[in-house]
Amino acid sequence: MQSFINAFPGAVSQGLIWGIMAIGLYITYKILELSDLTVDGSFCTGGAVGAMMIAGGHSPWLAILCALAVGALTGLVTGFFHTACGIPAILAGILTQLGLWSVNLAIMGMKANQALNVNAHKLLVSLRFLSDVKKGARPFYQHPILVIAAFTIVVIMILYWFFGTELGASIRATGANGNMARAQGINTNRNKVIGLMIANGLVALSGSLLAQYQSFADINMGRGAIVIGLAAIIIGDVVFGKIFRNFGLKLLAVSFGAIIYYIVIQAVISFSDIDSNYLKLISALIVAIFLTVPNWKGKFTHFIHKSAKAKGGA
Amino acid sequence: MLEIKNIYKTFNAGTVNEKKALKDLSLTLNDGDFVTVIGGNGAGKSTMLNSVAGVYSVDSGSILIDGVDVTELPEYKRAKYIGRVFQDPMMGTAATMQIEENMALAARRGKPRTLRSGITKEERAEYKKQLAILDLGLEDRLTSKVGLLSGGQRQALTLLMATLQKPKLLLLDEHTAALDPKTAQKVLDATDRIVEQNKLTTLMITHNMRDAIAHGNRLIMMYDGHIVVDVSGEEKKNLTVEQLLALFSKASGSDEADDKLLLS
Repeated sequence: MQSFINAFPGAVSQGLIWGIMAIGLYITYKILELSDLTVDGSFCTGGAVGAMMIAGGHSPWLAILCALAVGALTGLVTGFFHTACGIPAILAGILTQLGLWSVNLAIMGMKANQALNVNAHKLLVSLRFLSDVKKGARPFYQHPILVIAAFTIVVIMILYWFFGTELGASIRATGANGNMARAQGINTNRNKVIGLMIANGLVALSGSLLAQYQSFADINMGRGAIVIGLAAIIIGDVVFGKIFRNFGLKLLAVSFGAIIYYIVIQAVISFSDIDSNYLKLISALIVAIFLTVPNWKGKFTHFIHKSAKAKGGA
Repeated sequence: MLEIKNIYKTFNAGTVNEKKALKDLSLTLNDGDFVTVIGGNGAGKSTMLNSVAGVYSVDSGSILIDGVDVTELPEYKRAKYIGRVFQDPMMGTAATMQIEENMALAARRGKPRTLRSGITKEERAEYKKQLAILDLGLEDRLTSKVGLLSGGQRQALTLLMATLQKPKLLLLDEHTAALDPKTAQKVLDATDRIVEQNKLTTLMITHNMRDAIAHGNRLIMMYDGHIVVDVSGEEKKNLTVEQLLALFSKASGSDEADDKLLLS
């Protein structure tokens, strides 16, 4: 129990960071209704760009902005494959993801990882800050949970504004009904590209935050990102879908979903002596469970209803 | 207003499924013409409409709207000139968006989508007024998701959306075919009223011959990818369903009119 309590703030911080990635995924998966698999690559791209910039002595803010921009470029590539070349979205994303593996290595100087020194470099968030704040070595507002929560809120506010504009509404229409959108003069291909760029920009931003938080970027850091993102979206919807109707709140639910996901994972690690190599298997199972719940809920209530009726008849 | 000049369209060319949908089709619509289009299945009615709308690009020939050659323009660019209502009530509106959001999207047809607010206060008041005219009780449900509406309500809304930004050409592709008779009549009445008020040049496909005669000022019949009957004015007004069937038999040179065309 003690180990779980100790690890709790870390799990929440990680959940918040991955939550920003999941919000990006929400744009493609829910708003554009595209399955974009670029994220496994672009998350690492964000981490690599962010880490290299900081290691090169640049400000962490500039590093994050560059990660955002390069991430948007990866979305542009997938968008180009999908719209201009006519490749199905899922395959276009896989192609970009595959190509990004080499690009990410190249960004990190052909090394598989890039370390950051918490003492030598100025960072916005770090695992170290958790204990620093606790000890009083740092002011409370540098607590990772507060910093990343602030990032999340700003991201949600900007997206809330954007999807209420003429352009944003036309992107929502593109995902909701492409035929209708084109009949209303909306360039659906352009909108898909814009959506993919925003989404992967956010994914890369999240990746650069994680690189700072864990003090390194690694070629494998984005592996399974799509699963974590989907988990966050689905958990958020299962838990908060009934009460969060507003678009901004729905995005917040995605972030909460990611936090819940990390708390569950942390609980599994803390309460069992499971080998951490089984983590991916556990992740997959957790997502499968949350995907099953909404489907079985209907069957279950139907079953209860039926058995109650049968009893009444007897 | 609309000039279709010798267009051809073949699907699956060079395969066993080759289908010559349009063969040397030409049609000119004058300003304010309300043309009803009838014809059997596979006659090319929908292909003609979709070619005009830009859903398909034609193999040859040209299409001009108000003097502008749109033959090479993509669908979304042609939308500037064209309002459309589809046969499938699900197709013309975005189900997961609100009624007012759908209308605001339609009101910006042909205009650049900027970073200004997607809908303004004045617009809301205007939409409320316009919906009240439809008399379907939608004026109090501006923020309802369109997915909650019935098929008839969605078609009426789509029709209204097609004309919020006055189009040079209104294309109706059997827009009442999926509705029950009573609702279909309501939507047709709304169509007449809106076309009349805005003096819209209109092409309306229908499977119902009585509707084809009762609405519009001109009637064309298609068979095998081109137009075989074109009547207007007094002659059209005095048409009967029987005469129409006879015209069809003559034009197509067969008696298959009864099973292919008679659907009302």
